[in-house]
Amino acid sequence: MVSQPQEILRHTVAILVDNEAGVLARVIGLFSGRGYNIESLTVAEVDTREQLSRITIVTSGTLMVIEQIKAQLRRLVPVHKVSDLTIEGPSVSRELALVKVAGTGERRVESLRIADIFRARAVDSTNDSFVFEIVGATDKLDAFIHLMEPLGLVDVSRTGVVAIARGPNPI
Amino acid sequence: MGQETMTGAELVLRALVDQGVEVIFGYPGGAVLPLYDELFKQNRLRHILVRHEQAAVHAAEGYARSTGKVGVVLVTSGPGATNAVTGLLDALCDSVPVVCLTGQVPTHLIGNDAFQEADTTGITRPCTKHNYLVKDVNQVAHVVHEAFYVARTGRPGPVVVDLPKDILVSKGIYVGPAKVKHKSYRPQVKGDLGAIGEAVALMAAAKQPIFYVGGGVVNSGPAASQLLSQLVHMTGFPCTQTLMGLGGFPGSDPLSLGMLGMHGTYEANMAMHGCDLMICVGARFDDRVTGRINAFSPNSTKIHIDIDPSSVNKNVAVDLAIIGDVAHVLEDMIKVWKARQLHVNDKDLAAWWVKIKQWQGKDCLHYVQNGKLIKPQYAIERLYQLTKDRDTYITTEVGQHQMWAAQFYKFETPGRWLTSGGLGTMGYGLPAAMGVQIAHPDSLVIDIAGEASIQMNIQEMATLAQYHLPVKVFILNNQYMGMVRQWQELLHGARYSESHSVSLPDFVKLADAFGAVGLKADKVDELDDVIAQMIASDRSVIVDCRVDPAENCFPMIPSGAAHNEMLLGPKDETGGVVSEDGMVLV
Repeated sequence: MVSQPQEILRHTVAILVDNEAGVLARVIGLFSGRGYNIESLTVAEVDTREQLSRITIVTSGTLMVIEQIKAQLRRLVPVHKVSDLTIEGPSVSRELALVKVAGTGERRVESLRIADIFRARAVDSTNDSFVFEIVGATDKLDAFIHLMEPLGLVDVSRTGVVAIARGPNPI
Repeated sequence: MGQETMTGAELVLRALVDQGVEVIFGYPGGAVLPLYDELFKQNRLRHILVRHEQAAVHAAEGYARSTGKVGVVLVTSGPGATNAVTGLLDALCDSVPVVCLTGQVPTHLIGNDAFQEADTTGITRPCTKHNYLVKDVNQVAHVVHEAFYVARTGRPGPVVVDLPKDILVSKGIYVGPAKVKHKSYRPQVKGDLGAIGEAVALMAAAKQPIFYVGGGVVNSGPAASQLLSQLVHMTGFPCTQTLMGLGGFPGSDPLSLGMLGMHGTYEANMAMHGCDLMICVGARFDDRVTGRINAFSPNSTKIHIDIDPSSVNKNVAVDLAIIGDVAHVLEDMIKVWKARQLHVNDKDLAAWWVKIKQWQGKDCLHYVQNGKLIKPQYAIERLYQLTKDRDTYITTEVGQHQMWAAQFYKFETPGRWLTSGGLGTMGYGLPAAMGVQIAHPDSLVIDIAGEASIQMNIQEMATLAQYHLPVKVFILNNQYMGMVRQWQELLHGARYSESHSVSLPDFVKLADAFGAVGLKADKVDELDDVIAQMIASDRSVIVDCRVDPAENCFPMIPSGAAHNEMLLGPKDETGGVVSEDGMVLV
């Protein structure tokens, strides 16, 4: 018998579901009830005609646990499709954050300079604060937020990861 | 084609009739009054009035498991629905098809903490295969049909349909069952032929193989059991069954090793531990079966046939998975085996059986019946001998009596043994027996019970009286919650904390009060006569069978131990068998 690797891995899973009442509760309840991790979760309707929503979950676990998560998700009646973007070929993933930084003087200038380097946009500005919008991979957002900490970081709002497979095919 | 409009309540009943429903187990209340009013006006659906909603679900389970049909439950909102929750989870754990209709407060009151309001879909979401809250009367028929489809296909399970009262009284359009197709739910029935080919090749090459069969064989229907029997006999491999799988393969067949697991036979567990090929058919590597997981069958190649992909690689990593309905997969396995003209490894297999016979020589179910005090094992053996040639169904409660019944009562065909395996619900047996008796009015239906479990749904004796159901309740009365007492003896220094059944009712008088026959067996020489009287009675009967209170259920794999570390009997009760890790296990 081949022993399963015990390494904890992070996987991004995309789930296509019927957009009906309670469907998100079903998915979240499955994770909490069975003790699986959710590192981030996003959901929105993506097909208004077919009334389908797409849920993107970033989760972590051993390979056996990840396989179990996917099997459990597929077992939910309103679930159409489950795709493990981490292993099913190349994919693109993005996250958006709104980052509020308050400060004056040199700190204010420095925050603007770093925002420029990260291609973050100031979407709100007062005399002593900015709200930056930044889009990118999770670790890029983490790095940006980390750099803003000494410069007057006061608030962060993140969307969580959305992801899609590269190439011409749908989920 | 003109579209008929009718009230939501009428739509529900019409849909039930079109689904072939004959019996509903239920209890009325404010939110479902429109449905009860419609029930009053018709004759096609029979309603069985239970005395507690939990019993309604167990009765529906008994009906479903003994007929292969979907069991139907009707309860009111709030407490009606919450009382049903235990039954629903029981049905989910044991994969029993049940549709449970629950009343709900009118839609405009949902979320207002209205009288008898409960978030039924929220509460039952983790206890059901699927659930629905119907907010549009035109969806009623569609949802009911879909609920039946989801409940009975794939891995069966309970489905709740929550029906607000305003939906039941407003008018909508009916659609028939044929028009209902689910958008995404498509259970896989046929197994992958490539995998099946690999499986039979492994079987032909095996030296020490074993079939490990579970409730999936029973759930798949009678054909699955016949095909399994055919395949087992074609190969001559030994076959062990889980608690849920009993009857899936004939219990008295020489190739049967009996039940495996915590209270399974020594030969079954040793063979599982020592095998080189395990063919798991419709079982799920439950913790009661595997024992310590890292010591489970260490040297075997494992094949897993299951209709539910989430059962594969959940507890135990397997080498070859075949997803599909057991009957279809077994049929294909037999075909491929024959087409390729495969043969088993006769010499190795003979040597394997020699080993197995040695393990069987331990006579692990041995007990000593001496003196006048009835041993519980003896009581089950006599019950078996005196009922095995009849058309008998056995249900149980949960505990020692359940394990003794599983060890000593042999089932030759599926659907005759009904027990709460996954959830372990005390109070299951009596209402389940009620459901069986409704479906099989002329059969002998016996609930093997303990004196503690039986009190958990004892009120259903009144239902038996109302419908003249001649269910027999055979209580192994040892005056303890026996399994709790046994664990306290083995694991907690014989400190019997709250496990003594104090202030027991007089079961004979209790039977009388419910209009049933009460019988008592105190001594060994009374036993056969009491069982004979019980069988002969055309009324419901409670037998208070007084058994040895100190008897423990052996053999036993202590928690945290492996298959080859069984306790065979009281003499094996040595300290230190249970590790610290094992102490925390249930």
